[in-house]
Amino acid sequence: MSALLAVPLGWLLIAYLGSLIVLFVAAFWRLDPFTAEVIHDYSFANFQTLWESDVYRTIALRTIGIAAAVTVIDAVLAFPIAFYMAKVASPRTRSLLVVAILMPLWASYLVKVYAWRIILQGDGPLNWALAPFGLTGPGYGNVAGVIVFSYLWLPYMILPLYAGLERIPDSLLEASSDLGGKAGRTFRRVILPLAFPALVAGSIFTFSLTLGDYITPQIVMAGHQFIGNVVYTNVGVANNLPLAAAFATVPVFVMLVYLLLARRAGAFSSL
Amino acid sequence: MTLGPFAKWLLRGGTALTLVFVYVPLAIIALYAFNSSRIQAWPIDGFTLHWFERALHNEGARDALWVSIKAAFLATLVALVLGTLASLAVSRYHFFGRETISFFIILPIALPGIVTGMALNATFNTVGLSLGLITIVIGHATFCIVLIYNNAVARLRRVSEHLEEASADLGADSWQTFRYITFPQLRSALLAGALLAFALSFDEVIVTTFTAGPDFTLPIWILNNLSRPNQLPVVNVVAVFLILLSTIPVYLATRLSRDTGAVAPTAGGAQAAGAR
Repeated sequence: MSALLAVPLGWLLIAYLGSLIVLFVAAFWRLDPFTAEVIHDYSFANFQTLWESDVYRTIALRTIGIAAAVTVIDAVLAFPIAFYMAKVASPRTRSLLVVAILMPLWASYLVKVYAWRIILQGDGPLNWALAPFGLTGPGYGNVAGVIVFSYLWLPYMILPLYAGLERIPDSLLEASSDLGGKAGRTFRRVILPLAFPALVAGSIFTFSLTLGDYITPQIVMAGHQFIGNVVYTNVGVANNLPLAAAFATVPVFVMLVYLLLARRAGAFSSL
Repeated sequence: MTLGPFAKWLLRGGTALTLVFVYVPLAIIALYAFNSSRIQAWPIDGFTLHWFERALHNEGARDALWVSIKAAFLATLVALVLGTLASLAVSRYHFFGRETISFFIILPIALPGIVTGMALNATFNTVGLSLGLITIVIGHATFCIVLIYNNAVARLRRVSEHLEEASADLGADSWQTFRYITFPQLRSALLAGALLAFALSFDEVIVTTFTAGPDFTLPIWILNNLSRPNQLPVVNVVAVFLILLSTIPVYLATRLSRDTGAVAPTAGGAQAAGAR
Protein backbone atom coordinates (compact mmCIF):
# COMPACT_ATOMS: atom_id res chain seq x y z
CA MET A 1 0.00 0.00 0.00
CA SER A 2 2.69 2.47 0.97
CA ALA A 3 4.51 1.55 -2.23
CA LEU A 4 1.38 2.43 -4.21
CA LEU A 5 1.19 5.84 -2.65
CA ALA A 6 4.88 6.64 -2.46
CA VAL A 7 5.33 7.41 -6.16
CA PRO A 8 2.33 9.67 -6.86
CA LEU A 9 2.58 11.43 -3.52
CA GLY A 10 6.31 11.84 -3.89
CA TRP A 11 5.69 13.50 -7.25
CA LEU A 12 3.01 15.81 -5.91
CA LEU A 13 4.96 16.61 -2.77
CA ILE A 14 8.24 17.34 -4.50
CA ALA A 15 7.12 18.77 -7.83
CA TYR A 16 4.12 20.66 -6.60
CA LEU A 17 3.68 21.16 -2.89
CA GLY A 18 7.39 21.84 -2.48
CA SER A 19 7.10 24.49 -5.19
CA LEU A 20 4.08 26.03 -3.51
CA ILE A 21 5.92 26.26 -0.21
CA VAL A 22 8.96 27.86 -1.85
CA LEU A 23 6.60 30.33 -3.46
CA PHE A 24 4.85 31.12 -0.22
CA VAL A 25 8.16 31.69 1.57
CA ALA A 26 9.40 33.85 -1.31
CA ALA A 27 6.44 36.17 -0.75
CA PHE A 28 8.15 37.35 2.46
CA TRP A 29 11.52 38.03 0.87
CA ARG A 30 12.37 41.37 -0.63
CA LEU A 31 14.34 42.90 -3.44
CA ASP A 32 17.39 45.05 -2.74
CA PRO A 33 16.44 48.39 -4.32
CA PHE A 34 19.98 49.02 -5.65
CA THR A 35 21.31 45.66 -6.79
CA ALA A 36 17.87 44.17 -7.64
CA GLU A 37 18.90 40.95 -5.93
CA VAL A 38 16.59 38.91 -3.75
CA ILE A 39 17.34 39.31 -0.04
CA HIS A 40 16.31 36.37 2.11
CA ASP A 41 15.03 38.13 5.19
CA TYR A 42 11.41 38.06 6.22
CA SER A 43 8.94 40.92 6.32
CA PHE A 44 5.45 41.87 5.24
CA ALA A 45 6.86 44.63 3.02
CA ASN A 46 5.48 43.12 -0.22
CA PHE A 47 2.01 42.73 1.19
CA GLN A 48 2.16 46.28 2.47
CA THR A 49 3.16 47.55 -0.99
CA LEU A 50 0.28 45.65 -2.57
CA TRP A 51 -2.24 46.80 0.01
CA GLU A 52 -1.28 50.45 -0.11
CA SER A 53 -1.08 50.78 -3.88
CA ASP A 54 -4.29 51.84 -5.61
CA VAL A 55 -3.19 50.16 -8.82
CA TYR A 56 -2.73 46.73 -7.26
CA ARG A 57 -5.93 47.00 -5.25
CA THR A 58 -7.91 47.89 -8.39
CA ILE A 59 -6.35 44.96 -10.22
CA ALA A 60 -7.20 42.51 -7.43
CA LEU A 61 -10.79 43.76 -7.21
CA ARG A 62 -11.17 43.67 -11.01
CA THR A 63 -9.93 40.06 -11.14
CA ILE A 64 -12.22 38.83 -8.38
CA GLY A 65 -15.17 40.92 -9.62
CA ILE A 66 -14.94 39.64 -13.18
CA ALA A 67 -14.53 36.04 -11.94
CA ALA A 68 -17.71 36.44 -9.88
CA ALA A 69 -19.63 38.10 -12.75
CA VAL A 70 -18.59 35.33 -15.16
CA THR A 71 -19.73 32.68 -12.68
CA VAL A 72 -23.18 34.26 -12.34
CA ILE A 73 -23.59 34.80 -16.09
CA ASP A 74 -22.56 31.23 -16.87
CA ALA A 75 -24.95 29.85 -14.25
CA VAL A 76 -27.83 31.82 -15.83
CA LEU A 77 -26.87 30.86 -19.39
CA ALA A 78 -26.30 27.21 -18.49
CA PHE A 79 -29.58 26.58 -16.69
CA PRO A 80 -32.05 26.53 -19.61
CA ILE A 81 -29.93 24.30 -21.84
CA ALA A 82 -28.95 21.98 -18.97
CA PHE A 83 -32.57 21.67 -17.88
CA TYR A 84 -33.75 21.10 -21.43
CA MET A 85 -31.14 18.36 -21.87
CA ALA A 86 -31.89 16.68 -18.54
CA LYS A 87 -35.68 16.79 -18.42
CA VAL A 88 -37.31 17.76 -21.73
CA ALA A 89 -35.27 16.55 -24.72
CA SER A 90 -35.74 13.09 -26.22
CA PRO A 91 -32.81 10.70 -25.60
CA ARG A 92 -31.60 11.23 -29.16
CA THR A 93 -31.65 15.04 -28.96
CA ARG A 94 -30.04 14.79 -25.55
CA SER A 95 -27.01 12.85 -26.75
CA LEU A 96 -26.67 15.22 -29.73
CA LEU A 97 -26.70 18.20 -27.36
CA VAL A 98 -24.10 16.60 -25.08
CA VAL A 99 -21.81 16.25 -28.10
CA ALA A 100 -22.59 19.83 -29.17
CA ILE A 101 -21.53 21.08 -25.73
CA LEU A 102 -18.46 18.82 -25.53
CA MET A 103 -17.13 19.89 -28.93
CA PRO A 104 -16.14 23.49 -28.05
CA LEU A 105 -14.70 22.22 -24.76
CA TRP A 106 -12.04 20.37 -26.71
CA ALA A 107 -11.46 23.17 -29.21
CA SER A 108 -8.35 25.17 -28.44
CA TYR A 109 -8.58 27.84 -25.74
CA LEU A 110 -6.45 30.28 -27.70
CA VAL A 111 -8.44 29.80 -30.88
CA LYS A 112 -11.59 30.81 -28.99
CA VAL A 113 -10.00 33.90 -27.45
CA TYR A 114 -8.55 34.86 -30.83
CA ALA A 115 -11.98 34.42 -32.46
CA TRP A 116 -13.38 36.97 -30.01
CA ARG A 117 -10.50 39.34 -30.64
CA ILE A 118 -11.53 39.34 -34.29
CA ILE A 119 -15.27 39.61 -33.50
CA LEU A 120 -14.76 42.58 -31.15
CA GLN A 121 -12.27 44.55 -33.24
CA GLY A 122 -13.23 47.98 -34.61
CA ASP A 123 -14.08 46.84 -38.15
CA GLY A 124 -15.13 43.37 -36.96
CA PRO A 125 -18.32 41.33 -37.35
CA LEU A 126 -19.99 42.55 -34.12
CA ASN A 127 -19.83 46.25 -35.00
CA TRP A 128 -20.95 45.41 -38.55
CA ALA A 129 -23.99 43.51 -37.21
CA LEU A 130 -24.88 46.25 -34.72
CA ALA A 131 -24.39 49.18 -37.11
CA PRO A 132 -27.89 48.99 -38.70
CA PHE A 133 -29.37 49.52 -35.21
CA GLY A 134 -27.11 52.49 -34.58
CA LEU A 135 -25.18 50.59 -31.90
CA THR A 136 -21.52 49.72 -31.44
CA GLY A 137 -19.96 46.79 -29.58
CA PRO A 138 -18.05 47.11 -26.32
CA GLY A 139 -14.59 47.05 -27.96
CA TYR A 140 -11.65 45.72 -25.95
CA GLY A 141 -11.87 46.21 -22.16
CA ASN A 142 -13.58 44.92 -19.02
CA VAL A 143 -16.87 44.11 -20.78
CA ALA A 144 -14.99 42.21 -23.48
CA GLY A 145 -13.25 40.28 -20.69
CA VAL A 146 -16.56 39.28 -19.10
CA ILE A 147 -17.99 38.17 -22.48
CA VAL A 148 -14.95 36.13 -23.48
CA PHE A 149 -14.49 34.44 -20.09
CA SER A 150 -18.23 33.59 -19.98
CA TYR A 151 -17.88 32.10 -23.44
CA LEU A 152 -14.76 30.10 -22.57
CA TRP A 153 -16.03 28.45 -19.39
CA LEU A 154 -19.73 27.98 -20.27
CA PRO A 155 -19.40 24.22 -21.04
CA TYR A 156 -17.70 23.70 -17.64
CA MET A 157 -20.91 24.98 -16.05
CA ILE A 158 -23.39 23.21 -18.37
CA LEU A 159 -21.99 19.69 -17.95
CA PRO A 160 -22.02 19.35 -14.12
CA LEU A 161 -25.36 21.16 -13.99
CA TYR A 162 -26.84 18.78 -16.56
CA ALA A 163 -25.57 15.79 -14.56
CA GLY A 164 -26.98 17.26 -11.36
CA LEU A 165 -30.40 17.99 -12.88
CA GLU A 166 -30.56 14.54 -14.42
CA ARG A 167 -30.17 12.99 -10.96
CA ILE A 168 -33.34 14.72 -9.69
CA PRO A 169 -36.13 12.11 -9.89
CA ASP A 170 -39.03 13.16 -12.14
CA SER A 171 -41.40 12.01 -9.41
CA LEU A 172 -40.32 14.90 -7.19
CA LEU A 173 -41.18 17.43 -9.89
CA GLU A 174 -44.52 15.71 -10.48
CA ALA A 175 -45.25 15.66 -6.76
CA SER A 176 -44.58 19.38 -6.58
CA SER A 177 -46.97 20.15 -9.45
CA ASP A 178 -49.60 17.72 -8.05
CA LEU A 179 -49.47 19.66 -4.81
CA GLY A 180 -50.20 22.83 -6.73
CA GLY A 181 -46.67 24.17 -7.19
CA LYS A 182 -46.45 26.23 -10.36
CA ALA A 183 -43.34 26.13 -12.56
CA GLY A 184 -41.72 29.10 -10.81
CA ARG A 185 -42.34 27.71 -7.36
CA THR A 186 -41.19 24.20 -8.27
CA PHE A 187 -38.02 25.76 -9.62
CA ARG A 188 -37.34 27.77 -6.46
CA ARG A 189 -38.34 25.21 -3.86
CA VAL A 190 -37.47 21.87 -5.47
CA ILE A 191 -35.11 22.14 -8.43
CA LEU A 192 -32.77 24.87 -7.21
CA PRO A 193 -31.99 23.35 -3.78
CA LEU A 194 -31.39 19.91 -5.31
CA ALA A 195 -29.25 21.26 -8.15
CA PHE A 196 -27.27 23.58 -5.89
CA PRO A 197 -24.26 21.27 -5.31
CA ALA A 198 -23.92 20.81 -9.08
CA LEU A 199 -24.14 24.57 -9.58
CA VAL A 200 -21.37 25.07 -7.03
CA ALA A 201 -19.29 22.35 -8.68
CA GLY A 202 -19.56 24.16 -12.01
CA SER A 203 -18.77 27.47 -10.36
CA ILE A 204 -15.47 26.11 -9.05
CA PHE A 205 -14.34 25.86 -12.68
CA THR A 206 -15.72 29.18 -13.90
CA PHE A 207 -14.40 31.06 -10.87
CA SER A 208 -10.98 29.43 -10.56
CA LEU A 209 -10.24 29.46 -14.30
CA THR A 210 -11.04 33.17 -14.55
CA LEU A 211 -9.09 34.02 -11.41
CA GLY A 212 -5.86 32.45 -12.67
CA ASP A 213 -5.99 33.65 -16.25
CA TYR A 214 -3.74 36.32 -17.73
CA ILE A 215 -3.81 35.43 -21.43
CA THR A 216 -7.37 36.56 -22.15
CA PRO A 217 -6.84 39.97 -20.47
CA GLN A 218 -3.71 40.34 -22.57
CA ILE A 219 -5.61 39.62 -25.80
CA VAL A 220 -9.03 41.29 -25.42
CA MET A 221 -8.87 43.64 -22.43
CA ALA A 222 -6.67 46.42 -23.81
CA GLY A 223 -4.35 46.99 -20.87
CA HIS A 224 -6.87 46.29 -18.12
CA GLN A 225 -4.70 43.93 -16.11
CA PHE A 226 -5.50 40.88 -14.01
CA ILE A 227 -3.53 39.63 -10.99
CA GLY A 228 -1.98 37.13 -13.37
CA ASN A 229 -0.56 39.85 -15.64
CA VAL A 230 1.22 41.54 -12.75
CA VAL A 231 2.56 38.19 -11.54
CA TYR A 232 3.78 37.28 -15.01
CA THR A 233 5.63 40.53 -15.65
CA ASN A 234 7.20 40.39 -12.18
CA VAL A 235 8.42 36.83 -12.68
CA GLY A 236 9.79 37.68 -16.11
CA VAL A 237 10.65 41.19 -17.24
CA ALA A 238 10.60 43.02 -13.90
CA ASN A 239 12.32 40.10 -12.15
CA ASN A 240 10.75 40.74 -8.76
CA LEU A 241 9.84 37.24 -7.63
CA PRO A 242 8.99 38.23 -4.03
CA LEU A 243 6.34 40.74 -5.16
CA ALA A 244 4.93 38.30 -7.73
CA ALA A 245 4.75 35.58 -5.07
CA ALA A 246 3.01 37.91 -2.63
CA PHE A 247 0.39 38.89 -5.23
CA ALA A 248 -0.11 35.26 -6.25
CA THR A 249 -1.15 34.39 -2.70
CA VAL A 250 -4.32 36.48 -3.25
CA PRO A 251 -5.99 34.11 -5.75
CA VAL A 252 -4.70 31.10 -3.80
CA PHE A 253 -6.27 32.39 -0.61
CA VAL A 254 -9.55 33.27 -2.37
CA MET A 255 -9.65 29.84 -4.00
CA LEU A 256 -8.93 27.96 -0.77
CA VAL A 257 -11.80 29.74 0.97
CA TYR A 258 -14.01 29.02 -2.06
CA LEU A 259 -13.08 25.31 -2.05
CA LEU A 260 -13.79 24.97 1.67
CA LEU A 261 -17.21 26.59 1.20
CA ALA A 262 -17.85 24.39 -1.85
CA ARG A 263 -17.00 21.28 0.14
CA ARG A 264 -19.49 22.31 2.78
CA ALA A 265 -22.13 22.71 0.02
CA GLY A 266 -21.46 19.10 -1.00
CA ALA A 267 -20.05 20.09 -4.38
CA PHE A 268 -17.09 17.69 -4.39
CA SER A 269 -19.25 14.66 -5.12
CA SER A 270 -20.65 16.50 -8.15
CA LEU A 271 -17.29 17.31 -9.72
CA MET B 1 -42.08 16.46 -16.16
CA THR B 2 -45.18 18.35 -17.20
CA LEU B 3 -44.41 21.77 -18.60
CA GLY B 4 -46.73 24.21 -20.25
CA PRO B 5 -46.18 24.79 -23.99
CA PHE B 6 -44.93 28.29 -23.25
CA ALA B 7 -42.30 27.08 -20.77
CA LYS B 8 -41.21 24.44 -23.27
CA TRP B 9 -40.74 27.00 -26.02
CA LEU B 10 -38.86 29.24 -23.63
CA LEU B 11 -36.46 26.40 -22.81
CA ARG B 12 -36.04 25.56 -26.50
CA GLY B 13 -35.33 29.19 -27.27
CA GLY B 14 -32.75 29.41 -24.49
CA THR B 15 -31.09 26.22 -25.69
CA ALA B 16 -30.95 27.46 -29.28
CA LEU B 17 -29.51 30.84 -28.24
CA THR B 18 -26.80 29.16 -26.17
CA LEU B 19 -25.85 26.96 -29.11
CA VAL B 20 -25.66 30.01 -31.40
CA PHE B 21 -23.49 31.81 -28.83
CA VAL B 22 -21.18 28.78 -28.63
CA TYR B 23 -20.80 28.13 -32.37
CA VAL B 24 -20.88 31.51 -34.13
CA PRO B 25 -17.33 32.53 -33.02
CA LEU B 26 -15.94 29.20 -34.23
CA ALA B 27 -17.70 29.63 -37.58
CA ILE B 28 -16.35 33.16 -38.00
CA ILE B 29 -12.76 32.10 -37.38
CA ALA B 30 -13.23 29.27 -39.88
CA LEU B 31 -14.39 31.78 -42.51
CA TYR B 32 -11.36 34.00 -41.91
CA ALA B 33 -9.02 31.14 -42.82
CA PHE B 34 -10.23 31.57 -46.43
CA ASN B 35 -9.87 35.35 -46.37
CA SER B 36 -7.98 36.54 -49.46
CA SER B 37 -6.91 39.78 -47.77
CA ARG B 38 -4.14 40.10 -45.20
CA ILE B 39 -6.32 42.54 -43.27
CA GLN B 40 -8.77 40.89 -40.91
CA ALA B 41 -11.76 43.19 -41.61
CA TRP B 42 -15.44 42.23 -41.90
CA PRO B 43 -17.19 41.53 -44.25
CA ILE B 44 -14.60 39.38 -45.98
CA ASP B 45 -13.75 40.58 -49.52
CA GLY B 46 -12.85 37.35 -51.23
CA PHE B 47 -11.87 33.77 -50.63
CA THR B 48 -8.67 31.85 -51.26
CA LEU B 49 -6.94 28.60 -50.30
CA HIS B 50 -3.53 30.29 -50.47
CA TRP B 51 -3.00 30.45 -46.69
CA PHE B 52 -3.47 26.71 -46.26
CA GLU B 53 -0.42 26.10 -48.41
CA ARG B 54 1.55 28.75 -46.52
CA ALA B 55 0.60 27.17 -43.18
CA LEU B 56 1.63 23.72 -44.37
CA HIS B 57 5.15 24.99 -45.08
CA ASN B 58 5.45 27.04 -41.89
CA GLU B 59 8.44 25.60 -40.02
CA GLY B 60 7.62 27.29 -36.71
CA ALA B 61 4.08 25.94 -36.57
CA ARG B 62 5.21 22.45 -37.55
CA ASP B 63 7.96 22.33 -34.90
CA ALA B 64 5.57 23.60 -32.26
CA LEU B 65 2.96 20.99 -33.23
CA TRP B 66 5.55 18.25 -32.83
CA VAL B 67 6.60 19.52 -29.36
CA SER B 68 2.91 19.64 -28.37
CA ILE B 69 2.35 16.03 -29.43
CA LYS B 70 5.47 14.78 -27.61
CA ALA B 71 4.66 16.73 -24.43
CA ALA B 72 1.01 15.59 -24.36
CA PHE B 73 1.99 11.96 -24.93
CA LEU B 74 4.64 11.91 -22.19
CA ALA B 75 2.54 13.88 -19.70
CA THR B 76 -0.39 11.51 -20.24
CA LEU B 77 1.88 8.52 -19.68
CA VAL B 78 3.25 9.89 -16.39
CA ALA B 79 -0.23 10.91 -15.24
CA LEU B 80 -1.59 7.45 -16.10
CA VAL B 81 0.97 5.70 -13.90
CA LEU B 82 0.74 8.11 -10.97
CA GLY B 83 -3.03 8.56 -11.13
CA THR B 84 -3.70 4.81 -11.25
CA LEU B 85 -1.39 4.10 -8.31
CA ALA B 86 -3.01 6.81 -6.19
CA SER B 87 -6.54 5.67 -7.10
CA LEU B 88 -5.75 2.07 -6.10
CA ALA B 89 -4.30 3.16 -2.77
CA VAL B 90 -7.26 5.40 -1.95
CA SER B 91 -10.05 3.05 -2.98
CA ARG B 92 -8.63 -0.26 -1.80
CA TYR B 93 -6.96 0.63 1.52
CA HIS B 94 -7.99 2.50 4.63
CA PHE B 95 -5.37 4.68 6.22
CA PHE B 96 -4.89 7.89 8.09
CA GLY B 97 -5.21 10.98 5.90
CA ARG B 98 -7.01 9.23 3.05
CA GLU B 99 -9.44 12.11 2.52
CA THR B 100 -6.59 14.60 2.36
CA ILE B 101 -5.05 12.83 -0.63
CA SER B 102 -8.00 13.65 -2.91
CA PHE B 103 -7.62 17.26 -1.86
CA PHE B 104 -3.90 17.31 -2.72
CA ILE B 105 -4.50 15.70 -6.08
CA ILE B 106 -7.25 18.19 -6.98
CA LEU B 107 -5.11 21.15 -5.88
CA PRO B 108 -2.97 21.61 -9.04
CA ILE B 109 -6.09 22.00 -11.18
CA ALA B 110 -8.18 23.91 -8.62
CA LEU B 111 -5.53 26.52 -7.88
CA PRO B 112 -5.13 29.26 -10.49
CA GLY B 113 -2.86 28.22 -13.37
CA ILE B 114 -0.63 31.23 -12.85
CA VAL B 115 0.24 29.97 -9.35
CA THR B 116 1.03 26.45 -10.51
CA GLY B 117 3.10 27.92 -13.33
CA MET B 118 5.22 30.28 -11.29
CA ALA B 119 5.65 27.79 -8.43
CA LEU B 120 7.06 25.24 -10.87
CA ASN B 121 9.16 27.90 -12.59
CA ALA B 122 10.70 29.01 -9.29
CA THR B 123 11.53 25.40 -8.40
CA PHE B 124 13.09 24.64 -11.79
CA ASN B 125 15.29 27.70 -11.39
CA THR B 126 16.31 26.74 -7.86
CA VAL B 127 17.07 23.14 -8.80
CA GLY B 128 18.89 24.29 -11.92
CA LEU B 129 16.75 22.35 -14.39
CA SER B 130 16.87 24.20 -17.72
CA LEU B 131 13.48 24.79 -19.35
CA GLY B 132 12.62 22.38 -22.14
CA LEU B 133 10.46 19.40 -23.01
CA ILE B 134 11.06 17.78 -19.60
CA THR B 135 9.87 20.79 -17.64
CA ILE B 136 6.78 21.11 -19.88
CA VAL B 137 6.00 17.43 -19.21
CA ILE B 138 6.48 17.77 -15.43
CA GLY B 139 4.09 20.72 -15.35
CA HIS B 140 1.43 19.07 -17.51
CA ALA B 141 1.63 15.72 -15.72
CA THR B 142 1.11 17.43 -12.36
CA PHE B 143 -2.29 18.81 -13.30
CA CYS B 144 -3.27 15.79 -15.44
CA ILE B 145 -3.00 13.27 -12.56
CA VAL B 146 -6.38 14.35 -11.21
CA LEU B 147 -8.15 13.47 -14.49
CA ILE B 148 -6.90 9.86 -14.42
CA TYR B 149 -7.38 9.62 -10.66
CA ASN B 150 -11.01 10.84 -10.70
CA ASN B 151 -12.02 8.46 -13.49
CA ALA B 152 -10.26 5.49 -11.89
CA VAL B 153 -11.66 6.15 -8.40
CA ALA B 154 -15.21 6.43 -9.78
CA ARG B 155 -14.78 3.09 -11.58
CA LEU B 156 -13.15 1.32 -8.62
CA ARG B 157 -16.07 2.38 -6.45
CA ARG B 158 -18.41 0.49 -8.78
CA VAL B 159 -16.45 -2.74 -9.24
CA SER B 160 -16.59 -5.24 -6.42
CA GLU B 161 -13.58 -5.97 -4.26
CA HIS B 162 -14.69 -9.60 -4.00
CA LEU B 163 -13.18 -10.48 -7.38
CA GLU B 164 -9.80 -9.27 -6.19
CA GLU B 165 -10.16 -11.16 -2.91
CA ALA B 166 -11.11 -14.31 -4.82
CA SER B 167 -8.06 -13.89 -7.02
CA ALA B 168 -5.82 -13.57 -3.96
CA ASP B 169 -7.47 -16.57 -2.33
CA LEU B 170 -6.73 -18.61 -5.43
CA GLY B 171 -3.04 -17.83 -5.00
CA ALA B 172 -2.45 -14.93 -7.38
CA ASP B 173 0.13 -12.41 -6.22
CA SER B 174 -0.81 -8.73 -6.19
CA TRP B 175 0.70 -8.07 -9.65
CA GLN B 176 -1.25 -10.97 -11.19
CA THR B 177 -4.44 -9.75 -9.51
CA PHE B 178 -3.87 -6.29 -10.91
CA ARG B 179 -2.93 -7.57 -14.36
CA TYR B 180 -5.81 -10.02 -14.82
CA ILE B 181 -8.60 -8.72 -12.56
CA THR B 182 -8.34 -5.03 -11.71
CA PHE B 183 -6.80 -3.64 -14.88
CA PRO B 184 -9.34 -5.10 -17.35
CA GLN B 185 -12.13 -3.50 -15.32
CA LEU B 186 -10.29 -0.20 -15.11
CA ARG B 187 -9.22 -0.06 -18.74
CA SER B 188 -12.01 2.00 -20.28
CA ALA B 189 -12.02 4.45 -17.35
CA LEU B 190 -8.26 4.91 -17.75
CA LEU B 191 -8.68 5.46 -21.50
CA ALA B 192 -11.31 8.12 -20.93
CA GLY B 193 -9.04 9.81 -18.38
CA ALA B 194 -6.05 9.59 -20.70
CA LEU B 195 -8.05 11.17 -23.49
CA LEU B 196 -8.91 14.11 -21.25
CA ALA B 197 -5.32 14.39 -20.03
CA PHE B 198 -3.94 14.39 -23.58
CA ALA B 199 -6.39 17.06 -24.72
CA LEU B 200 -5.76 19.24 -21.67
CA SER B 201 -1.99 19.01 -22.10
CA PHE B 202 -2.26 19.68 -25.84
CA ASP B 203 -4.24 22.86 -25.21
CA GLU B 204 -2.62 24.27 -22.06
CA VAL B 205 -1.13 27.78 -22.27
CA ILE B 206 -0.85 29.40 -18.85
CA VAL B 207 1.34 26.90 -17.01
CA THR B 208 3.29 26.28 -20.21
CA THR B 209 4.36 29.92 -20.54
CA PHE B 210 6.28 29.39 -17.29
CA THR B 211 7.70 25.94 -18.04
CA ALA B 212 8.60 26.13 -21.76
CA GLY B 213 12.04 27.14 -22.95
CA PRO B 214 13.17 27.69 -26.55
CA ASP B 215 11.11 24.68 -27.70
CA PHE B 216 7.50 25.77 -27.28
CA THR B 217 4.13 24.15 -27.88
CA LEU B 218 1.56 25.04 -30.54
CA PRO B 219 -0.59 27.19 -28.20
CA ILE B 220 2.51 29.24 -27.32
CA TRP B 221 3.29 29.59 -31.02
CA ILE B 222 -0.22 30.99 -31.61
CA LEU B 223 0.16 33.36 -28.67
CA ASN B 224 3.50 34.64 -29.96
CA ASN B 225 2.09 35.19 -33.45
CA LEU B 226 -1.10 37.01 -32.44
CA SER B 227 0.90 40.22 -32.16
CA ARG B 228 2.34 39.84 -35.67
CA PRO B 229 -0.27 41.07 -38.19
CA ASN B 230 1.66 39.47 -41.06
CA GLN B 231 1.30 36.03 -39.52
CA LEU B 232 -2.44 36.25 -38.76
CA PRO B 233 -3.60 34.54 -41.99
CA VAL B 234 -1.46 31.51 -41.06
CA VAL B 235 -2.77 31.63 -37.47
CA ASN B 236 -6.32 31.50 -38.92
CA VAL B 237 -5.50 28.30 -40.77
CA VAL B 238 -3.90 26.74 -37.66
CA ALA B 239 -7.05 27.70 -35.75
CA VAL B 240 -9.27 25.83 -38.22
CA PHE B 241 -6.92 22.86 -38.05
CA LEU B 242 -7.26 22.81 -34.24
CA ILE B 243 -11.06 23.11 -34.38
CA LEU B 244 -11.24 20.17 -36.78
CA LEU B 245 -8.79 18.21 -34.62
CA SER B 246 -11.07 18.65 -31.60
CA THR B 247 -13.73 16.46 -33.23
CA ILE B 248 -11.47 13.40 -32.83
CA PRO B 249 -11.46 13.27 -29.01
CA VAL B 250 -15.20 14.09 -28.96
CA TYR B 251 -15.86 11.14 -31.26
CA LEU B 252 -13.64 8.86 -29.16
CA ALA B 253 -15.14 10.08 -25.89
CA THR B 254 -18.74 9.45 -26.96
CA ARG B 255 -17.69 6.04 -28.25
CA LEU B 256 -15.96 5.24 -24.97
CA SER B 257 -18.94 6.32 -22.89
CA ARG B 258 -21.17 4.13 -25.04
CA ASP B 259 -18.78 1.23 -24.45
CA THR B 260 -18.48 1.65 -20.71
CA GLY B 261 -21.94 0.15 -20.40
CA ALA B 262 -20.40 -3.10 -21.63
CA VAL B 263 -17.92 -5.15 -19.60
CA ALA B 264 -14.93 -4.13 -21.67
CA PRO B 265 -14.44 -1.59 -24.45
CA THR B 266 -14.31 -2.95 -27.97
CA ALA B 267 -10.85 -3.65 -29.32
CA GLY B 268 -11.41 -1.07 -32.05
CA GLY B 269 -12.21 1.71 -29.60
CA ALA B 270 -9.19 0.90 -27.48
CA GLN B 271 -6.93 0.82 -30.51
CA ALA B 272 -8.24 4.07 -31.90
CA ALA B 273 -7.75 5.80 -28.55
CA GLY B 274 -4.31 4.27 -28.14
CA ALA B 275 -3.22 5.44 -31.57
CA ARG B 276 -3.60 9.11 -30.71
